[in-house]
Amino acid sequence: MSKPKLALYWAASCGGCEIAVLDIEEKILEVDANFEIVFWPCVMDPKYKDVQAMPDKSIDLCLFNGGIRTSENKKMAELLREKSQVLVAFGSCAHEGCIPGLANLYSKDSLFKRVYKETPTTENSDGVYPQPVTKVPEGELEIPEFQEKLVPLSAVVPVDYTIPGCPPQPHQIWAVLEHIIQGKALPPQGSVLGAGLKTCCDECPRTREEKKIKRFYRPHEIIPNETQCLLDQGIVCCGPATRSGCGGLCVKVGIPCRGCYGAAPESPDQGAKMMAALSSVIDSQDPDEIEQIVNSVADPVGTFYRFSLAGSMLGRNRK
Amino acid sequence: MNEFEPKIVGFLCNWCAYSGADLAGVSRMKMAPNVRSIRVMCTGRVDPTFILKAFACGADGVLIGGCHPGDCHYAEGNYKALRRSVFLKRMLKEQGIDPQRLRIEWISASEGDKYAKVVDEMTETIRALGPLNQRNKEMINA
Repeated sequence: MSKPKLALYWAASCGGCEIAVLDIEEKILEVDANFEIVFWPCVMDPKYKDVQAMPDKSIDLCLFNGGIRTSENKKMAELLREKSQVLVAFGSCAHEGCIPGLANLYSKDSLFKRVYKETPTTENSDGVYPQPVTKVPEGELEIPEFQEKLVPLSAVVPVDYTIPGCPPQPHQIWAVLEHIIQGKALPPQGSVLGAGLKTCCDECPRTREEKKIKRFYRPHEIIPNETQCLLDQGIVCCGPATRSGCGGLCVKVGIPCRGCYGAAPESPDQGAKMMAALSSVIDSQDPDEIEQIVNSVADPVGTFYRFSLAGSMLGRNRK
Repeated sequence: MNEFEPKIVGFLCNWCAYSGADLAGVSRMKMAPNVRSIRVMCTGRVDPTFILKAFACGADGVLIGGCHPGDCHYAEGNYKALRRSVFLKRMLKEQGIDPQRLRIEWISASEGDKYAKVVDEMTETIRALGPLNQRNKEMINA
């Protein structure tokens, strides 16, 4: 019997998801023993035409990481959807846009201006910006077009499953792969795999008491107590609004949860849940004081939606 | 004629603002017909998700009506709503949505006139701001 075919792809991502797959360590050999890896640009040298030549639905499992930022990302998403039986949004970028999705707070024009003109290390007195098509003596050169907004994978093609995390934790990746290797039945379509069913707080070993916050701190402004809940200490921790699954890695070493596993189960909008959680712990009934305490959160959108802006309720609709 | 009519979703608390709206109605007060009211037991029940969903589903404005400070039937639900609204307004602004599209008002059961005034004012504010254009069919079914 031939082995099931596995494909891995990266779109607009940092490459961390690829490293996370390799972080399953020696078990990568088992992946190789049980799957035929047909496409993995990070470690092989395939071309578009190789994928185009594959019969439709011939890839059994495709792990797709990265958001959809360029016309090439979109084209590859559509191609891999066509060729794959099971398409998985792998990692936070493909799931909800992640850090690259924060660029959606700005227009394409202002992003280009900043990146290609204004950054202190950029010398661009001619105002040269990337063009989708450039004419050179030898002919026309094409590069993918940068689209107005970054969107999650599910915004361009139907997605069967999601594995959240930035990056997904190796033990969770292995748990999913092992499940498939053992030939167990797959959960209902649309399920989130490799993550918990509660919030990050559920996995946090710290002691929680009643919270009464007079000001919020950024991590560098305070040395946290080692056993007390970080939010109790006024440190903005996204644990209450974030899906469990990582094992509480950050909170165990005194770093507040950044929210990388995305929105908690049954709550579609991570930022809304963070606002609800923080509003409940602010210890004030005076409008002016409340405003002052709220303003002590340095960057609400970038903090509450750090990993989920492109997939958030308002972000999903933005043109 | 294609004149823009603002759609405003009003989350009104059962004990104060909803009764206030009721009073405005039975007193036959004239007011803008733009608010779609949703009765909630307390403004503290209005999760920020509800407000964002209202915007995502096509509301041009959201009005939260609750009991005056100190009068909350459940002691402090309205303070929670107040804190949430401060967070939300800041967040909306950063996402390029005018914070005036969200308004929180304290309206007691006897203040039908205040309810009518707030509705009229808010309708005009939103009319001046124009439509939000956030309507998305996928979200409505979600």
